[in-house]
Amino acid sequence: MEHYNMNLTVKVWRQKNSKDKGGFQSYPVKDISSEMSFLEMIDVLNEQLIRDGEDPIAFDHDCREGICGQCSMYINGKPHGAWKANTTCQLHMRAFKDGETVTIEPWRAGAFPVIKDLMVDRSAFDRIIQAGGYISVNTGNAVDGNALPINKDKADASFAAAMCIGCGACVAACKNSSAMLFLSAKVAHLALLPQGEPERKSRVLNMVAQMDKEGFGACTNTGACEATCPKEISISNIARLNQEYLVASLTADK
Amino acid sequence: MLDAKIPSGPLDDKWTEYKGHCKLVNPANKRKLEVIIVGTGLAGASAAAALGELGYKVKAFCFQDSPRRAHSIAAQGGINAAKNYQNDGDSVFRLFYDTIKGGDYRAREANVHRLAEVSANIIDQCVAQGVPFAREYGGLLSNRSFGGTQVQRTFYAAGQTGQQLLIGAYQALERQIALGNVQMYARHEMLEIVKIDGKARGIIARNLVNGELERHFGHAVLLCTGGYGNVFYLSTNAMGSNTTAIWKAHRKGAAFANPCFTQIHPTCIPVSGDHQSKLTLMSESLRNDGRIWVPKKKDDQRKAIDIPEEERDYYLERRYPAFGNLVPRDVASRAAKERCDEGYGVGTSKQAVYLDFADAIVRYGKIEAGKEGKSNMSMEEIIVLGKEVVKEKYGNLFDMYEKITGENPYELPMRIYPAVHYTMGGLWVNYELQTTIPGLYTLGEANFSDHGANRLGASALMQGLADGYFVIPYTLGNSLADEIYNKAIETSHPAFEAAEKEVSDRINQLMNIKGKQTVESFHKRLGKIIWDKCGMARNKEGLQQAIQEIQALKKEFWSDVRIPGSINEMNPELDKANRVADFIELGELMCVDALNRNESCGGHFREEFQTEDGEALRDDANYMYVAAWESKSAHEWNLIKEPLVYDVVKPSQRSYK
Ligand SMILES: Cc1cc2nc3c(=O)[nH]c(=O)nc-3n(C[C@H](O)[C@H](O)[C@H](O)COP(=O)(O)OP(=O)(O)OC[C@H]3O[C@@H](n4cnc5c(N)ncnc54)[C@H](O)[C@@H]3O)c2cc1C
Ligand code: SF4
Ligand code: FES
Repeated sequence: MEHYNMNLTVKVWRQKNSKDKGGFQSYPVKDISSEMSFLEMIDVLNEQLIRDGEDPIAFDHDCREGICGQCSMYINGKPHGAWKANTTCQLHMRAFKDGETVTIEPWRAGAFPVIKDLMVDRSAFDRIIQAGGYISVNTGNAVDGNALPINKDKADASFAAAMCIGCGACVAACKNSSAMLFLSAKVAHLALLPQGEPERKSRVLNMVAQMDKEGFGACTNTGACEATCPKEISISNIARLNQEYLVASLTADK
Repeated sequence: MLDAKIPSGPLDDKWTEYKGHCKLVNPANKRKLEVIIVGTGLAGASAAAALGELGYKVKAFCFQDSPRRAHSIAAQGGINAAKNYQNDGDSVFRLFYDTIKGGDYRAREANVHRLAEVSANIIDQCVAQGVPFAREYGGLLSNRSFGGTQVQRTFYAAGQTGQQLLIGAYQALERQIALGNVQMYARHEMLEIVKIDGKARGIIARNLVNGELERHFGHAVLLCTGGYGNVFYLSTNAMGSNTTAIWKAHRKGAAFANPCFTQIHPTCIPVSGDHQSKLTLMSESLRNDGRIWVPKKKDDQRKAIDIPEEERDYYLERRYPAFGNLVPRDVASRAAKERCDEGYGVGTSKQAVYLDFADAIVRYGKIEAGKEGKSNMSMEEIIVLGKEVVKEKYGNLFDMYEKITGENPYELPMRIYPAVHYTMGGLWVNYELQTTIPGLYTLGEANFSDHGANRLGASALMQGLADGYFVIPYTLGNSLADEIYNKAIETSHPAFEAAEKEVSDRINQLMNIKGKQTVESFHKRLGKIIWDKCGMARNKEGLQQAIQEIQALKKEFWSDVRIPGSINEMNPELDKANRVADFIELGELMCVDALNRNESCGGHFREEFQTEDGEALRDDANYMYVAAWESKSAHEWNLIKEPLVYDVVKPSQRSYK
């Protein structure tokens, strides 16, 4: 691939801690190679800030290969930036042109309070899983892995839902800050497998109740979540979730 | 000498015998016993879930914002198990044997055999948890091949096996959290262990959100903190992976075993420039179908597609006809380095070789055409069908490659080069996974136990889950049974106070340096020293130099590092400085260990010790031991040896020809 260098202006949200009001700051960065990843560009900016005696920009990241779900930035108004099916860490600078201004913000959602700069608290997702996002099987209780054949199409569909990385972009993209895509992915993953059957009803009821408690908004089917999701989790999972929920609320013994 | 506490009796019976006779703790007493687990990757999350289920009071810690994000999530290719579902001659013995041989006869037989024994249970457990492994049309589990074996025993979920296994363990852990058996501390970093009367009794952890130091008591402490590959700066590990927990334990008395045994993985995306912050793996599973080659002509400027078949050197197939592209990692990496050093490398840097899927695409396309009963398909149509198959198998890896390089690997061969990937070394543990500090255990990549001098692909996930789900629940009980009369110790105890003071003094010292150079710049320099002199090839002179250079770097770090911000706030630069300070010390010990080992074995290749055709030359008479190092002072270590005894396998020169 041909590569080139560029100079940019980075306009980024700075907020000292959860109590601080926060606001935008602009910084110039020079000689950014189109081969760099987006986070490497921020590394360059941070090194520059430290040398200048300023506080570097705090942001979450770990794997830098699109799987841990830790990176989380609004880039030019889009969670994870403009590339389709992509995480912030996988975005590369060839997506930008010389002279551009790049605007970076943290996820914006009441249920994801800002910790510092671009870092937010997503522990609400863990609590939703605690409410029922598992199969209750203690270690050592399992039968042979091949004792229960599972239709390949179902297994594949379950896997497609299980690919969710828990990044929260779906919430950030939604004008209602709804967590339905995240939640539905987990419900679908487990409901599509025979192992998930015994707890199918209680799982969906408890997880939805927890989601509401955490303060996520309602789903109005705008589809922004699916369009943003780095793992292309399908919005059809939400339809499945609604159906599971309906059946469970009508028939579950409470 | 170290006593590994290996049970007596025939190899096949050791684990069964152990389980039959180890001490137990009754349920009422378990509720009174507190266990600290540092790290919630595969090893830590599985241990926390399993011990929580048993009724112990567990506290678990990780530095990420959620246990679901541990580095294990990034594992791609698969997990081994001796199921013999393919009827291709697999067995517990064969998995055991392959692992010992793959490790170049530097692993402990009893541990590896136990690992092979429990491997099948892991798959069963994960299936029961709802891990969506790949399946065949008949609904049964699918397998693929990995390096260093001739059977298909690797279970997988596309190229996201680690993710699916970790989500399984994470969900089991979250369930225990919901039940109140486990208390989770995310965004916490352990910075010291606390010892009372010679035993590990707790930790000092830093809350990364507000910078506060916390004291936590445990009747036992388990370190499940992963590998230290980031000592090289560039590696396939996640950015936060570090050595701090095990290094602190080492400085408090835990022996560190085989620190120089590091794994360089043959197939990673090459470095593209100085800005590079990490390297990305292209899973070993790709070597099932990809063929590795370089041009036969030195410095060939042509594009890959313009180089005709007869002018390509498929050097692995040429040198190792029996295993071909599926030789173990150390062998494949060295062969790539050899070709590039000789001037046959490709790409602008010349530090890369091709991994080519063209043949596989045609092969799969023909099979698909055959299934559809079409014998007169054009090559173009066959290729379209073949690409579909390759996409299903490796789609996410191909996407990842394209995002990083901007090149389409369905059309052009991938360019790859070896990169640091895994550390076989780690804290020394006995058969019970206990370190040389009583009450302190180490699980997963952080210990040294099962992979000798080279780990086979798809065996780390297996080991992490074996340790956590199936080993520690037994071996921990065996020693906690003696603790039931010991009440929890108040964290106002002087030992806690002293440990906390040590940590806060060190942090203050770091913050007060107020020098000129960034933490990152020190880490880069350290990485370069170690990569150049203690990387894929090592020699005496280079290692001696490296030790000098690292000592000098350490001085410079402690007098000129600049850490912005303050202590009592979220401060990622301070977190990083704590880790890099420990990496520098570890780097020195790695070189000391590599210098001591006057032989080549597995991933440890001393240039002075090689066979005529450039293979690793072991010295079993003098080095058939685990090198466990005890910290004496800042730059001095005692070497304690654990001799390796092979009762069942006969060590020989490894051959993959
Ligand atoms: C890209 C890649 C692909 C891989 N693919 C495969 C594969 O296909 N098959 C295979 O078998 N192996 C594979 N491996 C190796 C395997 O993934 C790892 O060896 C394994 O996952 C390690 O698991 P772990 O539980 O020991 O540690 P980790 O998953 O690294 O977890 C470490 C945990 O410790 C915590 N921690 C660390 N330090 C501290 C501290 N000081 N305080 C508090 N918490 C701390 C972290 O937060 C984390 O929770 C791969 C590795 C890489 C890099
Ligand atoms: S559904 Fe998609 S966007 Fe939402 S958390 Fe999962 S991976 Fe992220
Ligand atoms: S850093 Fe892991 S997904 Fe981006």
